[in-house]
Amino acid sequence: MASIWEYANPVKFSKTASTVLPWVSVLAAVTLAVGLVWGFFFTPDDFRQGSTVKIIYIHVPSAMMAINIWAMMLVTSLIWLIRRHHVSVLAAKGAASVGVVMTLIALITGAVWGQPMWGTWWVWDPRLTSFLILFLFYLGYLALWEAIDDPDTAADLTSVLCIVGSVFAMLSRYAVNFWNQGLHQGASVMRAGAVTGTDTEEKVSNIFFYPLLLCIIGFVLLFVALVFLRTRTEIHKRRTSALLARERLS
Amino acid sequence: MTLTVSDLTVSRGGIAVLEGVSFELAPGRALILRGPNGIGKTTLLRTVAGLQPAVSGTVTAPEESIAYAAHSDGLKAMLSVEENLRFWAQVFGQSNIDTAVQAFDLTDLLERPAGTLSAGQKRRLGLARLLVTGRAIWILDEPTVSLDAHSVARFADAVRRHLADGGSTLIATHIDLGLDGDELDVGPFKASGSRPDPNGFDESFL
Amino acid sequence: MIALLTRDLKLAIRAGGGFGLGLAFFLIVVILVPFSVGPESGLLSDIAPGVLWLGALLACLLSLDRILALDWEDGTLDLMATSPLPLEGVVTIKALAHWLTTGLPLVIAAPLFGLLLNLPQAGYPWLVLSLAIGTPALSVVGTFGAALTVGLKRGGLLLSLLVLPLYVPTLIFGAELARRGADGQATTTPMLMLAGITFGVIALLPFASALVLRVNLR
Repeated sequence: MASIWEYANPVKFSKTASTVLPWVSVLAAVTLAVGLVWGFFFTPDDFRQGSTVKIIYIHVPSAMMAINIWAMMLVTSLIWLIRRHHVSVLAAKGAASVGVVMTLIALITGAVWGQPMWGTWWVWDPRLTSFLILFLFYLGYLALWEAIDDPDTAADLTSVLCIVGSVFAMLSRYAVNFWNQGLHQGASVMRAGAVTGTDTEEKVSNIFFYPLLLCIIGFVLLFVALVFLRTRTEIHKRRTSALLARERLS
Repeated sequence: MTLTVSDLTVSRGGIAVLEGVSFELAPGRALILRGPNGIGKTTLLRTVAGLQPAVSGTVTAPEESIAYAAHSDGLKAMLSVEENLRFWAQVFGQSNIDTAVQAFDLTDLLERPAGTLSAGQKRRLGLARLLVTGRAIWILDEPTVSLDAHSVARFADAVRRHLADGGSTLIATHIDLGLDGDELDVGPFKASGSRPDPNGFDESFL
Repeated sequence: MIALLTRDLKLAIRAGGGFGLGLAFFLIVVILVPFSVGPESGLLSDIAPGVLWLGALLACLLSLDRILALDWEDGTLDLMATSPLPLEGVVTIKALAHWLTTGLPLVIAAPLFGLLLNLPQAGYPWLVLSLAIGTPALSVVGTFGAALTVGLKRGGLLLSLLVLPLYVPTLIFGAELARRGADGQATTTPMLMLAGITFGVIALLPFASALVLRVNLR
C-alpha cells in the first residue's frame, strides 16, 4: 500500500499534480459558475438588505478560505520542520499567496457590503480587525520568503514564523474581541450583531444556503487547483536552480 | 583530543560541494587545507566546527574541544583589549587571561580600545582569544587575511607554540605558513553528484 | 551569561545613544502628537495612554535590529554558537539587555511624557505598571524578529513588518490596562492577560529564537 509520504517526493508529486490538475480546475470552474450564477440571479433579494446580500457568495467562502489556508500552512510547516519534506513547505508557500488574495477579497467584499449596511466602508469590528491582522501575517510570511536567498534557510525560517505567528494570531483574535468590547460598548453590540448575524450560515435561510454551499465547495476546489499549480511551479523552480548550481560546479 | 572526520559530505545552499572527506587530526599536529576558491573549504570548516549540519558522515571530537575562528574575530571596538579577552574567557568558563596576553605580547595594549588597534595587533588579539578559550583544537579559516609578512611570521610562531603544548589545528589558507604540518588537498573530494544525498531532497528535484 | 549581559550593557553605554536614542525618539513622538491632533487638553488626556504606549512600542522597535546584527557582523555569534553557552540563553540575555537599555528607561520616563499629554492623575501608576509588565514582551518578541532577519541585507524594514503584527496583543492589553486605569475602570483582566503574554513569551519564545538563529548561522 502506498504511503502518503511517497507524495513528498517532488517528482512523484509533480506527476500526480499534473494528472489531477485539469480535473480539479474544471470541477472548480463548473462548481463556482453554477454556485455564483444560482446565487446571484436565482435567489430572491433579502427583505432587509436587498440585493447587497448576494455578496455573501464571495465574501463568506473567501473568508473561510483565508483562515483555513493559514491552518493548512501551519500543518505543512510543521511537517517540514519534523520530516523535512520539501513538497510540504513549498505547498505552504504556494498556499500563502492564495491565502493573502483570499484575505484581501474577504476584506474588500466586506467593505463593499458594509458600506450600504452600516453606512461606512470600515468599522473596527473584532472580526474585520482580525482579518486585517491576518492579512499582515500573510504579508510578513511572504516577505520573509522573498527576502532569503537560500531555499532551505527560507523554508526553515518561514515555517518557524508560521508557527509562532499562529499562536500570536490567536492571541490577537482574543485581544481584539476584548479590546472592541472595551472601547465602545453600546454601539458595538449592534454592529457586532449585524455582522455575525449575516456572516454565519445559521441565520441564512435555505434558499441562500445551497448556492452558498456550492460556492464554498467551489472555492475549496479552486484553492486545491491553485495550490497544486503553485507547488508544481515551485518544484520546477527548485529543480531549475538545482540543475544550474550543479552545472556551475562541474 | 583527536579529531576524526570520516566520510563527510558537506553542502552549501542545498548542493553537496565536498563528499567523502576523511582525515584524522592528532594532538600536536597541524592540518592545512588546500584547494581553489569556492571549492568548499569554509563550508567544510564550519561543518567540522558544528556550525552547520553535515549531509552525511561523522565528525568525532571530544566534547567542547573546538575553537573556531574565521575572518572576523568577534572583537568589540568599544571595549579594551583586556575587556574583550576577559569576556571570551568567561564565556568559555576560563578565568586566566595572563598566559594569552604574554603569549601574544599584548601587555602594553591591555588598556587600549580594540577599535584603535592596527590590523596586525587585532589579529594577535584574535589569536589570544583562541587561547583563552582553553580549547585544544583550533579551526582557522584564512587566518592571515590582511596581515603583512612580519605578522604572518608571528602568527605562525603562535600556532607552533600551540602545537607544542599539545594542541592541534585545522587551517584553510592560501599562503605557506612554514608550519610543520600535513597538507590536505580537498580538490579530489569535490562532489561529482554521483552519490545520492540521503537527507537532502535536492537530489529528488533532479 | 552574566559576562554577556555586562558586556552588552557596557557596549550600550559606550556606544552612546544606547539609552538615549530610544528615549529621544519617544519624546519626539509624544511632542508630535499635539501638533497632529491639536492642543485641546481634553482630547489629549483621552488619547494619552494609547499614544504613550504606541510611542514606547515604536521606540522599542527602533533599536531591535541592533540586538543581534552587530554581533552577527563581527562574527561574535559564530563564536557564541561554538561556545559552552546555549543559544537559548544567549538570546534571552540579549533580550534582557535590550529591555534594560530600552524598555526600562521608557518605563521610568513615561510619567514625564504623560505630563506633556495631560494624562489624568489616576493614570500615572497604571501607565508605569502596564509598561513595566508589557515592555519585556516587546524585547523578547523583538529578539525573535531580529533572529529571523539577522542575515539579511535589507533586514530593517522586514523586521518591522514581521514584528509589528506580533506586537498587537501586547499593545492592546497594555494600552487597555493604562487606559482603564486612567478612567478608573476594572483593570484585573487586561493586567492578567498582559502578564500572561509576557511570561508566556519569556518562557517559550527564546527556543524559537535560538532555533531560528541556528538556522541563520548555517
